[in-house]
Amino acid sequence: MTIVNFQPWPALLGGVLIGLSAALLLLLNGRLAGVSSVMGRLLPPTPGDAAWRLWFLGGLVGGGVLWRLFSGQTAADLVFEAGVPLLLVGGLLTGFGTRLANGCTSGHGVCGIGRLSPRSIVATLTFMATAAITVYVSRHVWGA
Amino acid sequence: MRNLVAALSGVIFGIGLGVSQMVNPEKVRNFLDVAGTWDPSLAFVMGAAVVVFFLAWRVARQSKQPLFDTHFRWPDKGMALDARLLSGAAIFGVGWGLVGFCPGPAITSLAYFATQSAIFVAAMVAGSWLGGLWAPKARVVDVAA
Repeated sequence: MTIVNFQPWPALLGGVLIGLSAALLLLLNGRLAGVSSVMGRLLPPTPGDAAWRLWFLGGLVGGGVLWRLFSGQTAADLVFEAGVPLLLVGGLLTGFGTRLANGCTSGHGVCGIGRLSPRSIVATLTFMATAAITVYVSRHVWGA
Repeated sequence: MRNLVAALSGVIFGIGLGVSQMVNPEKVRNFLDVAGTWDPSLAFVMGAAVVVFFLAWRVARQSKQPLFDTHFRWPDKGMALDARLLSGAAIFGVGWGLVGFCPGPAITSLAYFATQSAIFVAAMVAGSWLGGLWAPKARVVDVAA
């Protein structure tokens, strides 16, 4: 094991911002900031329940725009190891799996664990494990 | 007002994903690559976010209602720890590991205008839609904490 690019301070700051964002949505709107469910319940949308979801998802992109303006990052700063076929497969599995599990890294990993939910703790351990195995196989078995 | 709060929450979330660089798939895959080039940063992202949200949850549990709505909406406490949860989480993990994107960072990364982000998000939307057809709707209770 080699430790690379370890940046604890930006990581902590980013994590605090994500926690504050979820806190704001909970205490003001009574909603959980689980991105896969905010998105999934637009597919299909329920009348009267769609607008805030679109505003939140638009805000996610807007936050990315503000960060780019501040940091000067460009598309070249996103490094993809996956080509188009893996992007399609990975996207399909991510959308399908999070819909079945009713949550992703934010809904289960942050909000669920923050609420000490047993379902979310088990879900997070499960997707962390299969993600780590997938990276191991793709980088060190097939890629070796 | 609720829409404004949702937008502001999204913006802060997106900035957090940018600052922490969870929008970079290679960094996320390095976090998952414990046996290779391991980058522990993202454990700090999740740890900090969980601690902040835990405090907010404690406050919410003491409150009758959120500021701009009549009640908190929690996932159903009666939802089972079942095969659907486990298989869904396992499938999501494979997708996350293959590319290095989970849903939040994938959507925020659209701000970078990378073709790969658009392809991934389109496939993710299709996958979520298929998942909704495949499985019955999740129950959400409105009142119970």
